[in-house]
Amino acid sequence: MSVIFFLVIVGIIVAGGFLVAFVWSVKSGQYDDTYSPAVRMLFDDTKIVSSTEQEGEKPEKDNKKKPEK
Amino acid sequence: MGLKCLHCGESCGKNPVMWDDEPFCCYGCKTVYQILNEKKLEKYYDIQRMPGIKLEKVDVGNKYAYLDNEDVKLKLLDFLDGGIGKVSLYVPVIHCASCIWLLENLHTLNAGIISSSVNFPKKLVSVTFKENEVSLRQLVELMASIHYIPEINLNHLDKKDSGKSERDLLLKIGIAGFSLLNVMLYNFPEYLPGSNQLSETFVKFFGWMSFILVLPVVFYCANDYYLSAFKGLRHKVINIDVPITLGIFTLFFQSTYDIIAGSGIGYLDSLVGLVFFLLVGKWYQSKTYRALSFERDYKSYFPVAVTTLDDEGGEHSLSIADIKEGDTILIRNEELVPADAILLKGSANIDYSFVTGEAIPVEKKQGELLFAGGRQMGRNIILKVSKSVKQSYLTQLWNQDRHQKETVSNLNNVINSVSKYFTIVVLIVAASAAIYWQFNNPLLTIFAFTSVLIIACPCALALTVPFTFGGTMREFGRKGFYLKNAEVIEYLHKIDTVIFDKTGTITLSHTMKAEFKGELLSDEQLSMIKSLVANSAHPLSIAIKNSISQPAVYEVENFKEIPSLGISGIVRGSRINIGSKIFVMGTCAIPDKEYSTNVYVFAKNKVLGYFKIENVYRQGLEEVIRDLKKYHYEIFLLSGDNDAEKSTLAKIFGNDTRLLFKQSPTDKRDFVRKLKESGKTVLMIGDGLNDAGALMESNVGLTIADDIYSFSPACDGIIEAGRFGNLTKFIRITHTSINIVKISFLISFFYNVVGIGFAVQGNLSPLVAAILMPISSISVVAFAGFSVKTFSKKKID
Repeated sequence: MSVIFFLVIVGIIVAGGFLVAFVWSVKSGQYDDTYSPAVRMLFDDTKIVSSTEQEGEKPEKDNKKKPEK
Repeated sequence: MGLKCLHCGESCGKNPVMWDDEPFCCYGCKTVYQILNEKKLEKYYDIQRMPGIKLEKVDVGNKYAYLDNEDVKLKLLDFLDGGIGKVSLYVPVIHCASCIWLLENLHTLNAGIISSSVNFPKKLVSVTFKENEVSLRQLVELMASIHYIPEINLNHLDKKDSGKSERDLLLKIGIAGFSLLNVMLYNFPEYLPGSNQLSETFVKFFGWMSFILVLPVVFYCANDYYLSAFKGLRHKVINIDVPITLGIFTLFFQSTYDIIAGSGIGYLDSLVGLVFFLLVGKWYQSKTYRALSFERDYKSYFPVAVTTLDDEGGEHSLSIADIKEGDTILIRNEELVPADAILLKGSANIDYSFVTGEAIPVEKKQGELLFAGGRQMGRNIILKVSKSVKQSYLTQLWNQDRHQKETVSNLNNVINSVSKYFTIVVLIVAASAAIYWQFNNPLLTIFAFTSVLIIACPCALALTVPFTFGGTMREFGRKGFYLKNAEVIEYLHKIDTVIFDKTGTITLSHTMKAEFKGELLSDEQLSMIKSLVANSAHPLSIAIKNSISQPAVYEVENFKEIPSLGISGIVRGSRINIGSKIFVMGTCAIPDKEYSTNVYVFAKNKVLGYFKIENVYRQGLEEVIRDLKKYHYEIFLLSGDNDAEKSTLAKIFGNDTRLLFKQSPTDKRDFVRKLKESGKTVLMIGDGLNDAGALMESNVGLTIADDIYSFSPACDGIIEAGRFGNLTKFIRITHTSINIVKISFLISFFYNVVGIGFAVQGNLSPLVAAILMPISSISVVAFAGFSVKTFSKKKID
């Protein structure tokens, strides 16, 4: 029966992982706008490349068919 | 109207964008369609440089020059560092996927823009751009050129809150949910048959695990309730949060005692469940219309900056707060007069419809005083400021008694009046149970006392209001009636007096009906008249133009427009004059006794007759008035305009209604105040700045808007113009909602009586609490949610 102690601890760690993920997602503003991401994923690929490289690099022209990282 | 956008299928509204003879709801859709069309579809997902977007050269002139002003710029930018700037702009026209697509591709239009992203519910675009390559002004002008004109005003300069409380609430719900599931798991074995055979170590282990998990719930998730209870007590009010706080703490300490003493596992699952349900209820009620603003003041109506002229005639842009007495300012066509000022140069034709309710622009001569808030229609004018913005007549009116309303609210709502008696009764029951056991079985004294407090915790009671009102508010939102918050529903239910404003509220502000009286006109004559008036942008000319169905086919020579008198021109060789009586008749006769607006027509050397101009009333007005009377509401009409239409209005409103004309904004506010003092609960329905004082003073202020995202003064609710006919039904639904709340109260009282029955006998086990408390909450929520939906469906088609 003492395996229950182990299971409870494992359970709480796993659930805690999800809680942390939830807290992170709320804090990073993922629930602020629940409409546009759904639409955004339907736009063209070049857009996705350019927004993941926000640091100012423009996507190269021949890059555009490259799958996103 | 009724057209569907070819690209996205949404309704196009009143002004569809036409391209290639097809209707579109917005320029975004049109652009996407253009690209699809020109590139024969296959390139839509391949476009890098957006060859299809043609930047239309809209001449904005110096309209956005103020964005070069360093102070304004710094206030607007969210962030500026190392030449990279970030700005969030409010763009009210965002409404479909094409809009998002176009705005998020701004970087392909200008290399200086790094990226842009749209927050759809808030209608915000945040743009990151290289400050040295593209200035804020260029950015805004670029957006204006693709018809996404950002709305920038003083309100945006005062820093906005970033929706932090919303995130906090989500976090609290997440944490409470996490604890709830785990604690329920640990407590579950206790409730199974044979639980008494569970070994001591398990009970202890589970107890302590629950205890640890409950700590963040008690000390973080539920802290708003303690705060509210504390605030209420300080104001000598027992609000609903007082018994909740009492319940939470009793649960917590009783359970802690049980766990430490090893006598059981406590009621922690009930405690966490309680907090979780309460938070969910709060979240449900707090769903607000984020893109709508109910708190606008004069600042959102005024521009951010104006053009000032220095002594040499050079133009500068000056932030509106810095305007001083004696400054010379330049106002262009369609711009607002920001402060009370004297006209120095040019002919002013000021549209005050939003400020005073007068439907027709007023002409002002040099040396006359212009009040802030008017909109110039016509050529540029030069003004000398006579009072700063903050001291102008209109803004002063606005600033008086701003916060009065908020302090009164919260005190007398239905839930708090119930909770007062509820708390007292519960405390009395708990005390008597304790006294009884003190004499019969002292061991049970404290337990009976805490049991009563635990089981009587008004979770179901507290959930009733959020779910009923929250649900009603959502149903209203679906039907085009947007409330500031759920509390408004209760006030709406109490009203017994309804006051309407005239211009823009019961009349359509920019549409007027013209009816010709006089000789019978031939098609040709009508067509000639239409050709002439088509040259003028004056509202009366537009009204006449729209009333004539014959096409305007003739050339007009020698067209002249004399402000506030009329227009004149030669059509097919004969002169036609259209305008006021003095202008057309040539006699300086005393103006008409009746104030009705007549436009006279003179052609071929004689006066043919006149167009009688009347306002067009909103659809459904008669129905609304009739229904309101049926339910015995007292009705008033307050108009800033003259009483030209008194007889027409009397027919609609009936003779028992008081119709008051020529009411200044202050008159309106004082009228509402007097009614309130005489014990009435007042609903004010208005639309413009002139109603702002009255809207604020009234118990419930509603505004009517053709476009709900455009400016409306501070109010408690916004009703879509097309849904005006449903007004009475909306008010009646609030009565249903209140009844639902009352029935839900009865249900939760029933559960409480059952629970207290166990508690006073001293045998409230954790199992009873764990079953009774969630069941009462869930059944109340289900009842409220279900009945609100059914009833509002039934009442509004």
